[in-house]
Amino acid sequence: MLRFIVRRALQLIPTLGGLSILLFVWLQRLPGGPEYALLPDDATEEQREALRRALGLDEPFTVQYLAFLRRIAQGDLGASLQTGRPVLTEFWTRFPATFELSVTAMLIAVSVGVPLGYLAARRRGSALDFAAIGGSLLGICTPVFFLAFILKVIFAETLGWLPSAFRLSPGLTRTDITGFVLLDAVMTREWDVVWDGLVHLVLPGLALASIPLAVIVRMTRASVLEVLGEDYVRTADAKGLHRRTVRTRHVMRNAMLPVVTAVGLLTGSLFAGAVLTESVFAFPGIGSFVYSSTQERDYPALTGFILLIATMYVFINLLVDISYSLLDPRVRAQ
Amino acid sequence: MPTTPSPGLLGRKAAKADRLAELMGERTDGGHGAGIWREALSRMRRSPMAITGAAIVVVFLLIALFAPVIAPHSPVEQTWGDEVFPNRNVFVGPRAENWFGLDNLGRDQFSRMVIGAQQTLLVGVVATLVGFGVGALLGGTAGAAAVLGGRWGRQLDNAVMRFIDMMLALPTLLLAVTVAALIGPSLLTVMLAVGVAQVPIFARLLRGAMISQGGRDYVLAARALGVSERRIALTHILPNSMGPVIVQATLTLATAIIDAAALSYLGLGNPDPSFPEWGTMLADAQRFLSSAPSLAVYPALGIIVTALGFTLLGEAMREALDPKLRK
Amino acid sequence: MSSSTPLLSVDELSVVFRRRGAEATRAVDGVSFTLEEGRVTGLVGESGCGKSVTSLALMGLLPERGVTVGGSAVLRLPDGDVDLLSLPRRRMRDLRGSQMAMIFQDPLSSLNPVVPIGRQVTEILRRHRGLGGERARREAADLLYRVGIPDPTRRLREYPHQLSGGMRQRALIAMAVACRPRLMIADEPTTALDVTIQAQILELLRDLVTEEGTALLMITHDLGVVAGLCDDINVLYAGRAVERAPRSELFSDPTHPYTIGLLGSIPRLDAPRGDPLTPVRGSVNDNIAWSDGCAFAPRCDHYAMDCLQGPPELVGAAGGGAHVHRCVNPGGAARAEPEEAAGAAGADTGPEGASDAETGADDGAEHTAAVGEDEEGRA
Repeated sequence: MLRFIVRRALQLIPTLGGLSILLFVWLQRLPGGPEYALLPDDATEEQREALRRALGLDEPFTVQYLAFLRRIAQGDLGASLQTGRPVLTEFWTRFPATFELSVTAMLIAVSVGVPLGYLAARRRGSALDFAAIGGSLLGICTPVFFLAFILKVIFAETLGWLPSAFRLSPGLTRTDITGFVLLDAVMTREWDVVWDGLVHLVLPGLALASIPLAVIVRMTRASVLEVLGEDYVRTADAKGLHRRTVRTRHVMRNAMLPVVTAVGLLTGSLFAGAVLTESVFAFPGIGSFVYSSTQERDYPALTGFILLIATMYVFINLLVDISYSLLDPRVRAQ
Repeated sequence: MPTTPSPGLLGRKAAKADRLAELMGERTDGGHGAGIWREALSRMRRSPMAITGAAIVVVFLLIALFAPVIAPHSPVEQTWGDEVFPNRNVFVGPRAENWFGLDNLGRDQFSRMVIGAQQTLLVGVVATLVGFGVGALLGGTAGAAAVLGGRWGRQLDNAVMRFIDMMLALPTLLLAVTVAALIGPSLLTVMLAVGVAQVPIFARLLRGAMISQGGRDYVLAARALGVSERRIALTHILPNSMGPVIVQATLTLATAIIDAAALSYLGLGNPDPSFPEWGTMLADAQRFLSSAPSLAVYPALGIIVTALGFTLLGEAMREALDPKLRK
Repeated sequence: MSSSTPLLSVDELSVVFRRRGAEATRAVDGVSFTLEEGRVTGLVGESGCGKSVTSLALMGLLPERGVTVGGSAVLRLPDGDVDLLSLPRRRMRDLRGSQMAMIFQDPLSSLNPVVPIGRQVTEILRRHRGLGGERARREAADLLYRVGIPDPTRRLREYPHQLSGGMRQRALIAMAVACRPRLMIADEPTTALDVTIQAQILELLRDLVTEEGTALLMITHDLGVVAGLCDDINVLYAGRAVERAPRSELFSDPTHPYTIGLLGSIPRLDAPRGDPLTPVRGSVNDNIAWSDGCAFAPRCDHYAMDCLQGPPELVGAAGGGAHVHRCVNPGGAARAEPEEAAGAAGADTGPEGASDAETGADDGAEHTAAVGEDEEGRA
């Protein structure tokens, strides 16, 4: 087991190394390049040359790359053009909100998607099955930002049940310890903040959950259908085990394996979805910052965020692979 | 029961053979032995999912291809601008002249939808071709290398797959956003960004299919007959692995349309107003969602229904081609 | 030997599959047989003849939807007789694993890949014998040891993929015998195994039957398995039994053309090398409805007009006793063996027992090769 984790972690080195090279090339060499991004469009060629020299862009490739790595290692990702603050600082101040939102969305997607997919598979061909498949197809085909908008218009603006924007109600004070609103509020027992924080998560959480939910429903359904036809399920039935035991130990244990992998891969699309959802709900996370960065052409912030998000994705998938191997002994043996 | 007296031995033999053929004929109906694709097609003809999907796709294609002919008005000119501008809160709904009403700038919404279909199709097809082309190239290389094996083959496979892992890790939406921030929003940016995002799926799918085909007995048989490895990979393994890839291409058309809409929403779509695109229209219309919901409803429905059409078709194809479900 | 009341009597069992948009198929079409304690009964036939479906029907393992099961299967229990086919599902769950157990064809796919072997053994002990914790583990290790798995305590912690094919089948057998069932059904238990392992598994099954007095229903297409293990044999064709006889009689004096064909399909060491095999031509798909006539007629070299005039009955064979067959023209087969004789087609009778010359030279124990014609192995 430990050997598996170590081997899998070692595989990260080439991936992360490649990522850094890719991003470096991206940063320095793509059409435009920073000398275009950082200077106004009407800058002269001399000004550009001067900036290139100032940024060390006239040095050989490897020298530049090593310098780039050194800067990253020191946590220096440059400064945001919008705020003037370091990109890393901007990232970490916004990360907790996006993290809480993503976790909410994933919790909704898994806790609704898995049982729904299971029931759809058990009652294959029923109205429930039909609704689950139809609903998930519709969910996949609806643009996230549009769904977010519809939710906002209906539940916040028209019905007024839920707040339409922000992480917390304006004017609410809270004690900041870790940056994670809910975590801090629970630690300090500020229950009004907990409630307010949760309420603000509902609509964006639902919007962000739509794609993962649709994928998980379909995946669970397909997986359960496949496992139900497996010989070992028949063996379990032939042993006269209780239906509950057959379902949990023999059907779900196996049917969940592909879903676990999907959850890992879905975190990638979660970040993309967060950009759209957060901008609709003015949610102060990474996504809305990326959105404003696009409008402001905040080039250093964008590239820094790309690097951080990619790294995070890689580590999340390492965790997913490890948990997968805990569930499936065959992977460990390979 | 025919109990005709038979003239002789031969006659009796023929009679019982006839009787047997008659009895067997009652049971052997339904032809078999057609190719996989043919069989899949005949199964799809019976699937309501496939028929719905195909119908949507065909209508969409017809509208997109004949858009200039169908559109009754210019999608760009603010023909009815003076009706809209004086009072910004009045929106003109459907009427005889403008089937879908006017947009916020006094343009014919129906014509914009029709021309928008063309743009949407263009984005979808080009993005899918990019994803399919690059993905199939990478996946095919890795798959062939893995099947042909050897130290060199395994290493090549490994290298390509690590590259794919990297691509998966990169948030493509953010990459697209960065490109657009650099070179300005354009249709090409959207198409490339959406296409590149699909590369890993195609690559993994084709590689996986090729590896599973490579383990089949017919490959072993071809090898035993002395067929060259290159030929095995190209003429046996590759064609037999294309099924899932083609299904994915159909599904990707839907994804591409939705992703393109998202990029348009972020302000990265084609800024040229003479090429309305559903995503841009939807993003624009959201500002008026409470006062003129229909402005958003048309492009939203366009996107959802079209994406649904391609998804249904793709899913039906997948089901029809799935050997496990074929029984 | 067959004088006591049978443990299980299956009477006119039928299973019909109905699929939406497709014709209903009669997978099992009126099969009757009995099982007795301490005896092995064989159910032999090609893929698709309904033998696996029969076993699943008896175990109550057929899917609920789209399946209609008819007939009866009465199992003798200490507290009275029960009809397995009409028992509520809950009650069936209580019987399965405790009173009746099943061993499947493919030991790898029949074991849960993500649950340790030990857990898969102990769960049945917990369910039916209420054993838990350390006691269950000790009992499980004991069971594995009894079915011939060395170092059982280590094996309990291992997963199915870590075991060899023979070990996996032994583990499955251990689960089947865990609660000393009165009835055991083995569905092609050796098909997926190497020949040497096959023999070991068959020997193990034989020993379990003799030691425990279990009734074993052996389902196979392999006449070698039948010859080595079974006491009584039922030959199935297209969902019906076409011949039933004690082992020695079936091998020495087969009377149904299909049985004769099956036996003729086996290469024999004691036959001269140039001798051609006599395969059964065609495939199971070439058949007619039993209600119209003999389903085997399209593949039979000796069918007569009588064979196509309604369903043939199961009647006593010439040898008498427990030997019965479903054939209206057995003589034709016997006389024309081994090759088709066009002139004989019209003949109505022929000397019984003439086939001795062809197949009756030994007691059958040397038929060891498997019969071919396997199509897709569906349950």
